[in-house]
Amino acid sequence: MEDRSNNHAFEFYGEGLPGVDLGELRGRLIVIEGPDGVGRSTQVSMLKPWLESNGHAVLDTGMTRSALAGRGIKQAKAGITLGPISLTLFYATDFADRLENEMIPALRAGFIVLTDRYIYSLIARSIVRGLDASWIKACYGLALKPDAVFYLRSNVGGLIPRVLSSPGGFDYWESGMDIHLGDDLFDSFAAYQTRMLSVFDSMIDEYGFEVIDATEPIDLIYRNLQRRIGRLLREF
Amino acid sequence: MYGDHQFPGKLFIVEGIDGSGKSTQLSLLQQWLKREGYMVFFSEWNSSPLVKETTRRGKKKQMLTPTTFSLLHATDLADRIERHIIPPLKAGAIVLADRYIYTAFARDTARGVSPHWVRELYRFAVKPTIAFYFRVPLAVSLKRILSARAGLKYYEAGMDLGLSDDLEESFELFQGLISRKYEEMVEEFGLRVVDATRSIEEQQNEVRAIVERELIDVPKRPVSAFAASNPLFLEK
Repeated sequence: MEDRSNNHAFEFYGEGLPGVDLGELRGRLIVIEGPDGVGRSTQVSMLKPWLESNGHAVLDTGMTRSALAGRGIKQAKAGITLGPISLTLFYATDFADRLENEMIPALRAGFIVLTDRYIYSLIARSIVRGLDASWIKACYGLALKPDAVFYLRSNVGGLIPRVLSSPGGFDYWESGMDIHLGDDLFDSFAAYQTRMLSVFDSMIDEYGFEVIDATEPIDLIYRNLQRRIGRLLREF
Repeated sequence: MYGDHQFPGKLFIVEGIDGSGKSTQLSLLQQWLKREGYMVFFSEWNSSPLVKETTRRGKKKQMLTPTTFSLLHATDLADRIERHIIPPLKAGAIVLADRYIYTAFARDTARGVSPHWVRELYRFAVKPTIAFYFRVPLAVSLKRILSARAGLKYYEAGMDLGLSDDLEESFELFQGLISRKYEEMVEEFGLRVVDATRSIEEQQNEVRAIVERELIDVPKRPVSAFAASNPLFLEK
């Protein structure tokens, strides 16, 4: 990663958003990525108070939380009414809304934006559904390059305990049931998440992920993230 | 991805600024094709119920940026294509669409969205058999539209571009911008220009003549032809 200690400058992946002056963005953008059930939100919920207690203002955000499209996506998923291309674009709308109306204003105000997933999960779920990778990546040319992407890496076996401890158990979408990979939720989950993991792995070099071994205990992962984020922020 | 499709059906679309008379022409074309015995399917812009609700909320609360406006309409068109355009084309129908990707290119780039990005975004679209562009001088279309309709809406008038504080003046300036974008696309996409200052009958005759040449290999009443060769449809 380039040294941003003295003149920190954000970039877009592609042509970016119209009307955004990147020079105004003073905060830091930190992404926690990884598959379903890997423990991303647990880590975010511990990192946020830690960062705040160290005097940083933090905005935490995550997928389908946009004021504009979040509700529509949840309805679409509940009724399984959208095709893969439409759902990809609906997610992109949700992402763009949060980027423009939450993340960028927070970065302008000097916040640390801590996001549970970013474009990589969205790209991966579309690729696994057979869509053209170059098309999806071009669509997400509007995204800011984060200061760091921590990829919580696990194997399928490691994901299952957390999925089973959630109230709903195996989820239709997290099991990729829409693409018919297995006869039941478990078979489908295993096949789908195996594909997701291999797409995530293929993005490590392309997007400069910092890989964190998520099969370790939660507190070890947390200390690992604290160390890395602390190093990043000392470059402020 | 955008390119010549291999389906047995045909896709005819109409484009042009508001008040160019394109919807009238498309509706007349539909009547004629039906009478001729073709299977015709009509696809409207902005018709997906789910996305429509999100778009309505975004517009009502004026929370759309050029990027999310563009993405929402792309989501809607993707839904239309996956649901209402590709299946009828596969069934050998003639699909008619009032506005298509060129509306998005004209409108979104007028709002400052990158021309390259928005073209990439719509790469999922099926290329029309013929794309008609109804060319009309701005003065003519404005006279038609402003005398006919009561109140212009915020985004329709392009108020978000900040061209003018006056709704009507903003609409005129916005339409002028869009008109120029259409003209730039005539060559790029091989739009078939129809002189929309002529009489309705003259325009319709020209449109029918052009469409007719594309229908040589399209069977009339393709459903019965399909049923005759498919035992599943003969049981009844």
